[in-house]
Amino acid sequence: MATEALGWWGVPLGILAGTLRGSAPFLFVSLGECLTEKSGKINLGLEGTLLMGAMSAYGISYLTQGFVGEFWAPWLGVLAAGIAGMFLGSIHGWLAQQPRVNDVAVGIAMIIFGSGLAFFLGKPFIQPQAPQLFTLQFGAWSSNPAVQSALKISPLFLIGVAIAPLMQWFFRATRWGLYIRAVGDSPEAARAMGISIFKVRFLSIVAGSFLAGIGGACLSLYYPGVWTERISSGQGLMAVALVIFARWNPIQCLWASLLFGGAQAIGPAFQSVGINAYYYLFNAAPYILTLLIMIVTCSPKRTLVGAPGSLGKGD
Amino acid sequence: MTIAFPAGASWLSRWRRPLESVLLPIAALVVALLIFGIFCALSGANPLAVYGSIYRAAFGSWSAWQNTLIRAAPLMLTALCTALPARLGLVIIGNEGALVIGGLCAVVMGLSVGATLPPFMGQMAMAIAAIVGGGVWIMLAGALRHYRGVNETISSLLLNYIAIAVMNHLVEGPMRDAEFVTKPSSAELSEALWMGTIPGSRIHYGLIYGLIACVLAYVLIQRTTFGFAARTTGGNLRAARIAGLPVGKLTLAVCFLGGSCAGLAGMIEVAAVQKRINESLVSNYGYAGILVAFVSRHNPLATILVAVLLGGILASGGILQRSHDLPDATVLVFQGIVFLCVLFSDSLYGRLPWFQEKPVV
Repeated sequence: MATEALGWWGVPLGILAGTLRGSAPFLFVSLGECLTEKSGKINLGLEGTLLMGAMSAYGISYLTQGFVGEFWAPWLGVLAAGIAGMFLGSIHGWLAQQPRVNDVAVGIAMIIFGSGLAFFLGKPFIQPQAPQLFTLQFGAWSSNPAVQSALKISPLFLIGVAIAPLMQWFFRATRWGLYIRAVGDSPEAARAMGISIFKVRFLSIVAGSFLAGIGGACLSLYYPGVWTERISSGQGLMAVALVIFARWNPIQCLWASLLFGGAQAIGPAFQSVGINAYYYLFNAAPYILTLLIMIVTCSPKRTLVGAPGSLGKGD
Repeated sequence: MTIAFPAGASWLSRWRRPLESVLLPIAALVVALLIFGIFCALSGANPLAVYGSIYRAAFGSWSAWQNTLIRAAPLMLTALCTALPARLGLVIIGNEGALVIGGLCAVVMGLSVGATLPPFMGQMAMAIAAIVGGGVWIMLAGALRHYRGVNETISSLLLNYIAIAVMNHLVEGPMRDAEFVTKPSSAELSEALWMGTIPGSRIHYGLIYGLIACVLAYVLIQRTTFGFAARTTGGNLRAARIAGLPVGKLTLAVCFLGGSCAGLAGMIEVAAVQKRINESLVSNYGYAGILVAFVSRHNPLATILVAVLLGGILASGGILQRSHDLPDATVLVFQGIVFLCVLFSDSLYGRLPWFQEKPVV
């Protein structure tokens, strides 16, 4: 990052740039997890979904660039990432609803399976360079290259920002939104209404995994824009904590994602001005932040405001 | 519950229920092997040859057995970190973090005692430091659960990342050995503190630690009042409260014990394998331990068996890459398939008519 010319101003600029870049995957994964948890099931396996999405997006973008050109290939990749997410989501959605199967355990299994599959199939794509998604240049007004590069915003990020209020409206004002909330809050009432709990939860998990897969595409086709086995450092898991922090509200998921993206950018921003001493501890900032938020907001006496009633229960 | 069997009832009807808990996991493993075979065939490798390679690399010879057992030792211990709290109804997945903190505490202790103590005492000091470090680390997750209602699965998972960051920070900064250039690491442990091998083999004493820990854990959970109280709490929290069981103390104690096992695994890895601490300590033994715990259905004795099996699978990772041209992630895919099949088999308990006792009216 060319922040030398800016001196100390490079730190806030670096954090801003990192927030805009790094919050896109958080946004998609947390919206996906929010949709899933509203129906009363937890999907801890989104970490695997994210990796699988990142790998599929990168691989498809690389393989199809010769056929559809450098502009459309990454978009096919985004689609492939979503489909890969739906594939993993359908396994989770089916297995986690079998009797006596713990959804948390299925989530851990799906992390192992999803990341294993992503590393297995993604091995040939570690070296080559795949075409990336185009970015919108919001920094063209500035002559400073650091500002310009900080304000390169991905259209995927903007799509994610648009999905948040849409999902809010979906939960509040549509028939299907009501079904999901009913199944999540009170499965008995939903059953009495004649709603198929299995179907609603299955579809919520699959749709949530679709969004998480696209979150993976943000990682490999936008920022950091490569495919490596270490591309996701627990973002899929942090989404679970993020949704708790956002109180199962899609709009608040957006703010929480920006906060987490920013926290993730602190370490690299300080490193860019030559402060390396606490690099690893700054990098752990999002995890520490999540833990502190949970300590402050949780209580053993009551369930959280906004929590779906049947979340974490056996039913 | 007593069910009267007529005198002529075959031994089979008496053993159908116990058989269920043995045959179902085995069936799950066989199905997992079949699915994995299809997966191998799709990626262009001959499934039978792959099975053969896994068997030879894992259990085919004394040398293979030694490789397997070396890997099984830390797995037994990290599995207990999930299995013990699971009996209390908690899903703890902070194994990797507790292992790292345990290794870190052991190295700090080892570097500070150096060669001043007799080797046995020095190693014991390291083990105790690791047990306390790992135990307190997971006890933190248990305390957050009990006093603040924080979901223990997520907090223990976040603690993994924090533990790894703390370790990286220390080996890059305050603890760094400037003379060791290949990767940022601490100074090497004094040779007196290296863990020896069982005579006649390459297997280090960590295996004995693992076996003892599993047997002790089994006795504690199944044969003591403490274990009974823990299982009662895991079975029905409200009933346990009404019966006056000290749920808070039980939570803290069981989490401490679980974490201390994973911490001990960290000490074994640094004292027997790495000899110093650096990023190589983070080698997925923690996450594999979660798998072992769930596959063994949180039974500490079954843990020994499953850890040996998984140790064998891990030991075969290299050979799959060399002789079948499969990526090293193949082992991870296999683990995932096994885990999913075993979880599905859990849902079949009591649903297969053959396994039901048939009391004669």
